[in-house]
Amino acid sequence: MARARTERTLRGRVAVVGIGETDYCRHGASPDPEFKLALKAILAACNDAGLDPRDIDGFSSYSDDRSEASRLAAALGTRRLRTATMQWGGGGGGCCAAVANAAAAIVAGLADCVVVFRALAQGQYGRFGQTVGIDTISGEKAYLMPYGVLAPPQRFAMQVRRYMHEHGVRQEALRAIALASYHHAQANPRAVMHGKPLDPDKYDASRWIVEPFHLYDCCMENDGAAAIVLVPEERAREFRHKPAYVLGAAVGSGYRTGAIPHNSPLYASASFETLAPDLYRMAGVGPSDVGVVQSYENFTGGVVMALAEHGFFKPEEANDFLTLENLVAPSGRLPLNTSGGNLAECYMHGFELVLEAVRQVRGVSTNQVRRNDVAMVIGGPMVTPASNLLLGSDATL
Amino acid sequence: MSNRAGATYLPSGLPIPVAEPDGLSAPYWAGLRQNRLMVQRCGHCNTWQFGPEWLCHRCHAFDPEWTEIEPRGRIFSWERVWHPSHKALREHGPYLAVLVEIAHAGGVRLVGNLLGDPMQAVTIGTDVEGVFEHHSDSNPPYTLLQWRSR
Repeated sequence: MARARTERTLRGRVAVVGIGETDYCRHGASPDPEFKLALKAILAACNDAGLDPRDIDGFSSYSDDRSEASRLAAALGTRRLRTATMQWGGGGGGCCAAVANAAAAIVAGLADCVVVFRALAQGQYGRFGQTVGIDTISGEKAYLMPYGVLAPPQRFAMQVRRYMHEHGVRQEALRAIALASYHHAQANPRAVMHGKPLDPDKYDASRWIVEPFHLYDCCMENDGAAAIVLVPEERAREFRHKPAYVLGAAVGSGYRTGAIPHNSPLYASASFETLAPDLYRMAGVGPSDVGVVQSYENFTGGVVMALAEHGFFKPEEANDFLTLENLVAPSGRLPLNTSGGNLAECYMHGFELVLEAVRQVRGVSTNQVRRNDVAMVIGGPMVTPASNLLLGSDATL
Repeated sequence: MSNRAGATYLPSGLPIPVAEPDGLSAPYWAGLRQNRLMVQRCGHCNTWQFGPEWLCHRCHAFDPEWTEIEPRGRIFSWERVWHPSHKALREHGPYLAVLVEIAHAGGVRLVGNLLGDPMQAVTIGTDVEGVFEHHSDSNPPYTLLQWRSR
């Protein structure tokens, strides 16, 4: 196995064998404390795999998740803790990075059974969409908040506006992304927006949050938790379900993307210009091999940018490509956000997207696509570090 | 109205900008108080830099110098905000934020509000000039840099 020793890759080395989530609730509507939500999701993922939770030997999360690894290990009675990884910054941009970090720990031999999770109760700890309790501010926000550029919608709208300006992207392209998420949520009983369909007229009539974002261009604010279990490839078939293998992942951003305030050289970008080639190179696939995409919607405009940067269309083709028909399961050109995603399933900070990609590879989504051997997740457009992930069936190995 | 003469563009009560504990941006905020727009320019390689950092990103010389520049620029992007994300903005109505690119300072960008009618048509590429908006009664006092069409 000289090749295995020399090739540094995650491809085919690690598999997702369990997924679990809590009920997804509107912010403030969960009866459970945030830490309890984390425990419930982790136990559900272990149960899904058919795995003793005491065998977990590592935890990985992102965005300063409050459910800290040692407390989890103590609560669960895990026999020993061997990796505890927090992905720096980037908000939901860490949702794939947390998987990559866990996978890397397994490939490196640091751990054998790692849980990746996100628990978030915005009702208990404060909504992302409201700024409260800040009297004085310094750093990046000092250049923004006094001008009313406070919450994420205001922080990202100018980036999307610039992209629309540079590439002639119309509002209808953003609308198609919202419509696709809501369409898929209607078949997904877990979805917070299940039973609340969206149509073009309702979108057009909805209030502006900040131009160019209507209400339905913006993610929800929710309470819940979601988790997956990762094991080495050689153990993947010991568990209950069809494994979903990590084919590749990439983390980070390009040259000076983090230059504040709004001083990134490549401003009109979702931060994937360097990550997308890295992801495809590791996975050994290209855009045409990808059957289904879960792309983090903080705001629909970021999805337009992220999909273009992953090579599914050129920015100038966005208006033609991004139609509801093209984006829906089972057989649109590129089925997108097939659980309803951050807009309509649950804003589980993007981690619900990772679970949905696993379901697609298993073949058990409520919006199952036909081409399900290669499933992509794109985390956190327009942030840094961002991240992405490709999962595949054993047919892809 | 948010644009009435003598008033600040947005109501009071929003977070007050202050320099970091390490003082990195202190020259910027102190400059605004004196009607001066200060950005960094490396004394070693002349690279412009904003926001500030302790290091020039091009040549890695420490402590890039602060240089006063004329507050003129061009609208690089914009947004009209409707939803109040802070209690100070409830009942306020829409307002405009712009991202202004400053060509004569290496293309650094600043965020501010576009003064005037919040419902005005905004065009990317429009020339704007800076207006120093003093919040002298605030504790601590501070100054914002706003923009108006030129």
